[in-house]
Amino acid sequence: MIPVCRLEDLPEGESVRVGTTPPVAVFNADGELYAIDDTCTHQDASLSEGWLEGCLVECPLHAASFDLRTGLPTCLPARRPVRTHRVAVDDRMIHVHLAAEEDTAA
Amino acid sequence: MRTVTVVGASLSGLYAARELRARGFDGRLLIVGDETHHPYDRPPLSKDFLTGRSAEDRLALTDDEERAELDAEWILGVRARGLDARGRAVLLDDGRTVSTDGVVIATGASARRLRGDDLVGVHTLRTLDEARALRAELTAGQRRVVVIGGGFIGAETASSCAALGHDVTVVEAAPLPLLPQLGPDMAAVCAALHRRAGTGLVTGTGVAGFRESGGTVTGVKLSDGRSLPADVVIIGIGATPNTGWLAGSALAVNDGVLCDDGCVTGVPQVVAVGDVARAGGTRTEHWTSATEQPRVAVGNLLAGRTAATLRSLPYFWSDQYGARIQFAGRRQESDTVRIVEGALDDGGPAQGGFLALYERAGRATGVLAVDRPHAFMRRRRELASGEDPVEQAAR
Repeated sequence: MIPVCRLEDLPEGESVRVGTTPPVAVFNADGELYAIDDTCTHQDASLSEGWLEGCLVECPLHAASFDLRTGLPTCLPARRPVRTHRVAVDDRMIHVHLAAEEDTAA
Repeated sequence: MRTVTVVGASLSGLYAARELRARGFDGRLLIVGDETHHPYDRPPLSKDFLTGRSAEDRLALTDDEERAELDAEWILGVRARGLDARGRAVLLDDGRTVSTDGVVIATGASARRLRGDDLVGVHTLRTLDEARALRAELTAGQRRVVVIGGGFIGAETASSCAALGHDVTVVEAAPLPLLPQLGPDMAAVCAALHRRAGTGLVTGTGVAGFRESGGTVTGVKLSDGRSLPADVVIIGIGATPNTGWLAGSALAVNDGVLCDDGCVTGVPQVVAVGDVARAGGTRTEHWTSATEQPRVAVGNLLAGRTAATLRSLPYFWSDQYGARIQFAGRRQESDTVRIVEGALDDGGPAQGGFLALYERAGRATGVLAVDRPHAFMRRRRELASGEDPVEQAAR
């Protein structure tokens, strides 16, 4: 379980990058928290820098889009999913539980 | 339309094939490619592929599963050498003739060459095979590398060579690298990226020729009389559209296949996409337009007329020396540029990068960011919101 930040430090529409290996992006999408692998599966770009709209995040480099709930790409050029990770809030502190290496979102 | 032939197994060729199937075309689909490879992504060739950070299998744009779904006949390693006057037959280099009802031209562009460049150690970087050859040479010990051309391919290749520990010099004929693309202020920022990394930058002089010994390059002769020693030379001076095979066809060609804003050529059942297409008077060599044009082009091909046109905001990016440069917009030479977020430090991007706006008469015409992807995305959307990329023809 990895501490991310205080709940009040991640307002709606915002995202934060966690410097794990590989890095993880945590989003506050309209009050719901989601965590996915931060690196786009198409090419090297940080999804925490992406454009959040509803439960979708658009990659800032080539506009691939991922569903935060499933990690599945919703359009090209990405064709592989990102892993999703479980998020928990404990005493207003956000934590992520990293999915096991072999545990893909597909 | 029972048969469609896509000439060019490239990024835009693949997107066209996908679009055909997505729009319900269930006829015979042929994809002809002069390379032996299935479609792959070219941008990493000068970046992570060259440094070895990214393996070859990461370049593939399709896999077996998708190809099975696409249900296309792949004719790879065979060059198209002609298109008949009515656009109903594609002639192949191996002597075959493919009869077809529709044609998507996606033959791309080839790296421009220099006279006398057929020496061992002289490279161009456009295709996977070219990248493989260069990579092999760059992993065989330290080399003196001269990169001819300070454009995107040149700068990225120089950056990759520097990252591999080679001694690198870039030769650029203009006073600054990327001058036509970015204008003098931002071109100076890119020059600073080279300088900071210890890459030599020789500007304002052209190349007169090569020095060689027994067929192997030993140096580059500059037009100002100087000479640079070199074990490896990379020529990155742009690309020319692959239109030679269309000689004798009914298509008009002038630095690209001429087509309208909807990518339709003078022959209605022939459309052109990607680097080879001069659509609505403009030929772009951007990755993004190569993925956007096929949507409109294929729609028009199946409609048999220009039912939709495309005018999306040009976008490109470049990774150099760990800096990610992104640009969107239509810059004119007289536009002014100012930094609105972040700052410069010693002529180059400060820690945390910056974002600059190009402006004309008080209106933003373009946005350039270094290491500010989120802010860039917002500005790019604002710029694009003024224009509807896909316009339906009024009828």
